[in-house]
Amino acid sequence: MLASIIQNLFNAFQWGSFYSLIALGYTLVYGVLRLINFAHGDIFMVGAYIAFFIATAILGMAVSLPGWVVLAMVIPLTMILTALVGVSLERIAYRPLRRKGAHRLYVVITALMCGLVLENGNLALLGASRKSFPELVDKVVYTVGDLSMTNLKIGVVFSAILVFIFLHFIVTKTKIGMAMRAISYDKFAVPLMGIPIDTVIVFTFILGSSFAGLAGLLFALSYPILDPYMGAMIGWKAFIAAVVGGIGDIRGAFLGGFLLGFVEILVVAVFPSTYRDLIAFAILMTILCIKPTGMFGVAGTTKI
Amino acid sequence: MRKLTVPTLLLAITGVIVFMSHQEYIDLYIQSVIMFMGVNIILSSSFNIVNGYMGEFACGHAGFMAVGAYVTSVINVMLFTDDKVFGAALLPPETAVYLFPFTLLIGGAAAAVAGVLVAIPSFKTRDDYLAIITIAANFIIISTIINIDKIGGARGFMGMKKVLFAMSDSYDIPWILLWVIVFTFGTVFIIRRYVTSTYGKGIIAIKQDEVAAEIMSVNTNRMKLVAFMLSSGLAGIAGGLFAHILGYINPNSFGILKSTECLVMVYLGGMGSLSGSVISAILFTLLLESLRFIIPWMDTAMHYVHLLPDSYELSQVWKWVIIPLILILLMQFRPEGIMGNRELSDIFPKLKKFYSFK
Repeated sequence: MLASIIQNLFNAFQWGSFYSLIALGYTLVYGVLRLINFAHGDIFMVGAYIAFFIATAILGMAVSLPGWVVLAMVIPLTMILTALVGVSLERIAYRPLRRKGAHRLYVVITALMCGLVLENGNLALLGASRKSFPELVDKVVYTVGDLSMTNLKIGVVFSAILVFIFLHFIVTKTKIGMAMRAISYDKFAVPLMGIPIDTVIVFTFILGSSFAGLAGLLFALSYPILDPYMGAMIGWKAFIAAVVGGIGDIRGAFLGGFLLGFVEILVVAVFPSTYRDLIAFAILMTILCIKPTGMFGVAGTTKI
Repeated sequence: MRKLTVPTLLLAITGVIVFMSHQEYIDLYIQSVIMFMGVNIILSSSFNIVNGYMGEFACGHAGFMAVGAYVTSVINVMLFTDDKVFGAALLPPETAVYLFPFTLLIGGAAAAVAGVLVAIPSFKTRDDYLAIITIAANFIIISTIINIDKIGGARGFMGMKKVLFAMSDSYDIPWILLWVIVFTFGTVFIIRRYVTSTYGKGIIAIKQDEVAAEIMSVNTNRMKLVAFMLSSGLAGIAGGLFAHILGYINPNSFGILKSTECLVMVYLGGMGSLSGSVISAILFTLLLESLRFIIPWMDTAMHYVHLLPDSYELSQVWKWVIIPLILILLMQFRPEGIMGNRELSDIFPKLKKFYSFK
């Protein structure tokens, strides 16, 4: 009994790590731009596909490399390429709108549509056949008593925690983090202080998308079947996790992701698995009814 | 007499379309395009109440459509047909002709009740958080339906065709077409009356400034409740009609993609413009249907000039790349949509002579 609870907790940690990693990207962009980047889940999907292509390309080369060397090459390449996708999205779709001073809502719609273009474009170009990710690391199962965990799960959880610490450090301790917070506080006064607003925003997108790429890679390693719509559902849920945590707050996104992971895994452990979305979303709505701005959110006052 | 111009015109349009499809001057495909147009008009104009006139960002409209579709279909199948799950017909099938609009309204009422699910959290929360609540409501409705095994669960629900056959056994006219047209006109009429009434001005006040509206003694909570319920109730009616057009419904066809379709239509037409949503719903349906033919043509043409490798074929999936791209371009170059907060009568003032209500 206790063992199965702890086992489920481990699974929940791993599952929550994916949500956390993606939710961190949502929250970064939201914190700076006040923009719900609905395309973020699809950037995660693009990251998984990029990782797949890089990995198969490297494995297909003449020299055969050990798995961990391939992985060490795939991780930075995936992060860089996914960041490029995210930044080009910002350049093509969001920046012109921002320059024009368009209403926030139009940017959100654009983001939603960019996500659709990414996932359906992928489906149209690559076809409906699912891709299976090559196995890069040998699975090692550690067993303690009745508990079992794999090196992959531990790696996923640790990378989520490391990313969180890294982002928290950047946002709270560095100069560019201060600029990011300043932009979210007042977008109009900040350029007057000589802060290059576009650079900061691009930097935010680089951070957010590269970690979405990392999440995609880790997800593809853990569940090695890729399909174009894999980002959609996880993206929505990570967004929900970010909102529950209080969107715009790094700690909130991190905890919200884990919370959603816990809820889902525990629901599946107790109820039939078809109830997962129902109960998870019902809990979410209850939380939002009680605390409308999420766990770490600050209620903004409206002046007239 | 001039105030009767519009009703006469609408009656004439209804009569002509129903007559022509009864005499089979227009084939079943065009009939179904007309019906989907009607359903899309109901969807986009009812979604416009919340997103356009009230200025909230909701994106879970398809959930309410699902409620309406399921409730109406289940009631109709239970009442008028002999079904494997629900047993023999409770009422003689001849009564379907008279009771069908009422069952549609019951479906709409059920969807309106589901709208409360969104309306009550919306009292405290605003913009981004409300968006998430509506998405969550959509997911909750879909997965509730999936978990009710009696109505088919994830397999879907069918049997609505038999209701239509029962109706045309009584009087042989294309009933579903007639009801789609009638409810479309009714929806547009209701929304027009609602948003131009003194009461409905309250939701426009909420869009301008919620706090100021509250201070000016607009009961914002009540306005929001009414607006959400009206919007989702009409979506439920659209869902009921949609279910009977297709004869088969599946919970997954009311997912986020369908909601996105509603969003596309509202923003294509322009927020807060009723004629804009009607025009955009018509254009959108025509675009969807024409892409069905354009994509194979493009495929042949591009293979002819060797732009594409032989092994690759342009599939219908490209439809869902082209439509979002259109909306992205629209947001870049004309973010206010086709009409943009104006009605047709603002562009052509002479139209005002032909209708009387304000």
